[in-house]
Amino acid sequence: MSRQGTRLDSKKVNSELFTLTYGALVSQLMKDYENVEDVNKQLERMGYNIGIRLIEDFLARTGCGRCYDFRDTAEKIQMAFRIYLGVSPTVANWSPAADEFSLQFETNPLTEFVELPDHCLNLKYANMLTGVIRGACEMVQMEVSAYFVQDQLKGDNVTEIRVKFIKRLEDAIPAGED
Amino acid sequence: MADEVSFEFLHTELVSYVLSSTEKDKKPCDLSTLEYIGFSAGYRIIERQTKEWPRFKDELETMKFICTDFWTSINKKPVDNLRTNHQGVYVLQDNAFRFLTRLSNSRQYLEVAPRYVAFTCGLIRGALANLGINSMVTAEVQSMPACRFHIQVQRT
Repeated sequence: MSRQGTRLDSKKVNSELFTLTYGALVSQLMKDYENVEDVNKQLERMGYNIGIRLIEDFLARTGCGRCYDFRDTAEKIQMAFRIYLGVSPTVANWSPAADEFSLQFETNPLTEFVELPDHCLNLKYANMLTGVIRGACEMVQMEVSAYFVQDQLKGDNVTEIRVKFIKRLEDAIPAGED
Repeated sequence: MADEVSFEFLHTELVSYVLSSTEKDKKPCDLSTLEYIGFSAGYRIIERQTKEWPRFKDELETMKFICTDFWTSINKKPVDNLRTNHQGVYVLQDNAFRFLTRLSNSRQYLEVAPRYVAFTCGLIRGALANLGINSMVTAEVQSMPACRFHIQVQRT
């Protein structure tokens, strides 16, 4: 008897591979560190390392130029999520000074198969994303801070990342050089 | 749907995390954690992908599935050569292995190549384990970016 549907859906396999690998990484971190806060920090740091490389790929791929203002930046970040994770977060909750906004996710591909056990309620499971945003922005001379304010894993209606503009980074000349 | 580049970024970071954490403990370069992460991902993904399928006929059919269909869909290219001695050893050759193509083709980084194949070894082992085949998967890189995976089925 010939087998039905032996062909795998390559796109789906890859996206699941990404999700499951991320999961395996988080569980490894939980084993390596005693403190959940340290896991959050480590995820952020790894995200940062990804961000500083990812921005290059993003610029090459989209041919984006300079951002006109922070609203422009928000749109680009939204676009990046579409390219790299295949989700479109909503940009919302602008602060009056337009230096702070939220990205709201209906679904988060990283947490597709995840349920948090009771003892790790402080875990920011998808914290890598905040690191990616920080790293990518830093490479285009923008210091931002990004953090989770709501998370569907903890029973909130949406997953929300808050992004705050801190300052523009100037090119610094290494000490001892004019 | 996550883009495949995202996965490459994640993989690079995974490698560097595992290495830095073993360095911290002053252990010699230990890739078993990396292999284990691959194992858990492979084990779970096969569970999800084949849950509605009829059982594989025999070992050879399972192997063919893992080394052709599964391999092709995760690495975006078919294997270049697949051989077996029909006694439980399978050799899978990829002439341009995905995670090695980004490195220099010279001999300069040959000694770090095992870092970039350990995850995939685990992935294959995990996938096979879920389908009921216990195996040992090792990889061998002689010249970049070609890589040869040896799968040895444990039959006891």
